[in-house]
Amino acid sequence: MSYIAKPKVAHPNLPRNKLGLTARDYEGTVSTLCAGCGHDSVTAAIIQAVFQLNIEPHMLAKMSGIGCSSKTPAYFVSSSHGFNSVHGRMPSVTTGANAANRSLTYIGVSGDGDSLSIGAGQFVHAIRRNLNMCYIIENNGVYGLTKGQFSASADVGSKPKKGEPNEMEPIDPVSVALALGATYVARSFSGDREQLVPLIKGALTHKGFALVDVISPCVTFNDHEGSTKSYKHTRQFYHHVVDADFVPPAAEIKAAYEEGSAMPVELHDGSKIVLRKVDKAYDPTSRAAAFSYLRDRVNAGEIITGLLYIDGLRKEMHEVMGNTTTPLCQLPLDGLHPGAAELKKIISRYR
Amino acid sequence: MKPTDTSNPGYFHKVVDCQFACPAHTDVPEYIRLIAQGRFGDAYIENRKSNVFPGILGRVCDRPCEPACRRRRVEERPVAICRLKRVAADHKNDIVDRLPKGGPSNGKKVALIGAGCASLTVANDLRPLGYDVTIFEAHATMGGLMRSNIPQFRLPPKVLDEEIGYIVDMGVEVKLNHRIDSMRTLLDEGFDAVFVGTGAPRGKNLEIPGRYDSKNIHIGIDWLESVAFEHQNSIGKRVLIIGVGNTAMDCCRTSLRLGANDVKVMARKPREYFKASAWELEDAEEENVEILVNHSPKDFVIEKGKLVGMTFELIEYKTDDKGRIDRGTVTGEKVIPCDDVILAIGQDNAFPWIERDLGIEFNEWECPIVDETTMMCSRDGIFFGGDSAFGPKNIIWAVAHGHEAAISMHKYCQGENLTDRLPFGVNLSSQKMGMHEWSYSNDYDPTARRLMPHVDLKQRFKKLDIEVELGFTLEQTLQEVERCLNCDIQTVFAAELCIECDACLDICPVSCLTITENGDEADLRARLAVPALNLAQDLYVSAGLPQTARVMVKDEDLCVHCGLCAERCPTGAWDMQKSHVLIPYAVDEATCGKRKTATGS
Repeated sequence: MSYIAKPKVAHPNLPRNKLGLTARDYEGTVSTLCAGCGHDSVTAAIIQAVFQLNIEPHMLAKMSGIGCSSKTPAYFVSSSHGFNSVHGRMPSVTTGANAANRSLTYIGVSGDGDSLSIGAGQFVHAIRRNLNMCYIIENNGVYGLTKGQFSASADVGSKPKKGEPNEMEPIDPVSVALALGATYVARSFSGDREQLVPLIKGALTHKGFALVDVISPCVTFNDHEGSTKSYKHTRQFYHHVVDADFVPPAAEIKAAYEEGSAMPVELHDGSKIVLRKVDKAYDPTSRAAAFSYLRDRVNAGEIITGLLYIDGLRKEMHEVMGNTTTPLCQLPLDGLHPGAAELKKIISRYR
Repeated sequence: MKPTDTSNPGYFHKVVDCQFACPAHTDVPEYIRLIAQGRFGDAYIENRKSNVFPGILGRVCDRPCEPACRRRRVEERPVAICRLKRVAADHKNDIVDRLPKGGPSNGKKVALIGAGCASLTVANDLRPLGYDVTIFEAHATMGGLMRSNIPQFRLPPKVLDEEIGYIVDMGVEVKLNHRIDSMRTLLDEGFDAVFVGTGAPRGKNLEIPGRYDSKNIHIGIDWLESVAFEHQNSIGKRVLIIGVGNTAMDCCRTSLRLGANDVKVMARKPREYFKASAWELEDAEEENVEILVNHSPKDFVIEKGKLVGMTFELIEYKTDDKGRIDRGTVTGEKVIPCDDVILAIGQDNAFPWIERDLGIEFNEWECPIVDETTMMCSRDGIFFGGDSAFGPKNIIWAVAHGHEAAISMHKYCQGENLTDRLPFGVNLSSQKMGMHEWSYSNDYDPTARRLMPHVDLKQRFKKLDIEVELGFTLEQTLQEVERCLNCDIQTVFAAELCIECDACLDICPVSCLTITENGDEADLRARLAVPALNLAQDLYVSAGLPQTARVMVKDEDLCVHCGLCAERCPTGAWDMQKSHVLIPYAVDEATCGKRKTATGS
């Protein structure tokens, strides 16, 4: 953390988006996390993504639970909506918020503790409902706020700063999401912003549950020799499998792609994601292939990154339930309930 | 690009824009911090080391530092550097004991011709080393153009007397009313070295019809001099000033104090081509001086032997696509009535007293051929400085010349090689005091530039010597010092410590950091977080980073030196270090022995 606030003065040539805002207008308060925390880098990537997507700050809702990761929504887009909920309960609070107002863009920021331990039950059900949100896990393998005990995502053999190496199998959020049928599954690294920003943009635009699992090193408790979630280890073992280029609605795909490697996928608002496959044989629309490839590479000690699986066809929660397209919060009161007489009739059926 | 060599004193020197732009390299951020601490005497001494006349320059310096100030690039107006210098001079305690003292004679005699700022600087540097210094001055007072051409309402005589006195008191022999009419005769007197600091004393003339038909047509610098020496104490009601440089501004404002009430400054070109400093224009306009553009003088209108007006051609200019104007087209004529005309269209050098067979070569403009490093002319042992060397510049340039000439004169007298000069040095020292604590005020203060309070418009015209600028109040001073960005507290990067967490990139308020693949300079400039378009400002490029071999690139252009990159750095790869540029003076040359750089003391 720093004692002075980030000065308001800015570079006069900062790019502006369609709303006339600069990336600085999407900032929050100065982070109080440890200097060098991967989470701060993810925050910066979120700021870039939201800025580039021209999202009006008041149309964004930031949701979180408890943990280092869950503090970060304070550090971006100060003028948006936000809910810092109970530990592990961010998915259900987001479900409620989304049910009431489907017009907002929901971004949930969680951690490996918040999502894979206390909130594991909530996490899986948000996927099952295909809740329309961008769900970011800032994954560092330790409980930073309580001084660095291993979390459920710690790899077998990873050494802690003090004490014995971890021997328990990790819960891999990407494998869980694939198994449960999440419709947008990505993994990235806080230190690779060129890859991360388009993935977050795609996740924010995707209709349905979009998971971005970000390896985000804990600079204080998990960045030493022997750690499998350090900056150094991640840089050494990570591999891009599918990179994603985000193409806004109505824009043409301009970049030249190598034959057979590019695969454009259209999103519901007309924007596109162009998947650039580093491994040509990889099929990011096949859940089974993605799952087996992932397990294969994990066993080889590789950290594979990119947009690993996408399904643009499955219905999201509101569509499954057949809800009105008007956000419930905007419906007049008499349209939201059947009236006292009708209610009495319904209740009398159960007497 | 190759990694930036921060041990090269030139690199960080250039980052301190104000100090780099100052011909005398005054350590501006350092003295502003001293003022902020209320250490006015220390601030004065810090100034005096490099610019010798803080009280004078704090009022009338041409302040090349201010247009260069980084604050101008992040917002509009620079730090009021010059005004703060005056604060140090006005509020200092008694510093007389801390001034350099004249040294016991070393047996070498040097002659300085002209008692202006250049000669005085040479005396200031050489007398402490034991040189017997004699200054020859044609007038009855010292100070040269500072006294004769700068009006008293801008520069009070007591300020001049004080700072000139500090130098004379070192034991300098001053011969007043002693005009040197012959260089040959002077050389015969057996001086070991001679310095010419006689300025550019000849005002340019305007040879148009009627020029010699009236007594009421004056040459600007001569007229100012006759006012300063009280030979002239009145002028007509309606005065036209021809020319729009700083001398013109002094002429128009002086006229108002001698009885004129309708003063017009006549400019041949549009406003953006004016030579006068912006603040001098503002001060004149505040006194209701009218400035007319696109008027080219044609002739003087004389009726019955009396000047009654001047004819001007009205000019229209066309601008080309690069924003340059053409030579102009005459669209008409206009007679403007007047009682007096003052010509302020420039100055020339004049050396009628230097015989042309002495081995001193002159160029086609009658300027001596002077070496820009050593300040020596084509005859060994004769040195030039100030306006007399390369034509009219300003006081701070004259001081810079004086320092260089003093080094050369010392080396010449000691039989050393003049070009074998001590190089600049640099010291870097960390300013970290604790976890989130720096030795300097690192928070960016958005306060706007403070405005100099002026004597009320009615009061100021009562006498010629009422100083218009009152000086900053304590409150203004405390606000203005916080505007300084401390550009000498450098961001210093140790590539081997970096883990590429991006914390510095994200916290930088002015987006000046980027981690990227290396490339050539043009390529890198285009690929930064915000493209670096100001080519005058360097890129700071690191060695390859340990984890990815990419490089850290900093665009120095807009860094506000807030230290947040260093504060957010988990490994201490970034540190805030004060760069102290060590500038060699004559005293360093004299005392260096086996040392290779200046002491900076």
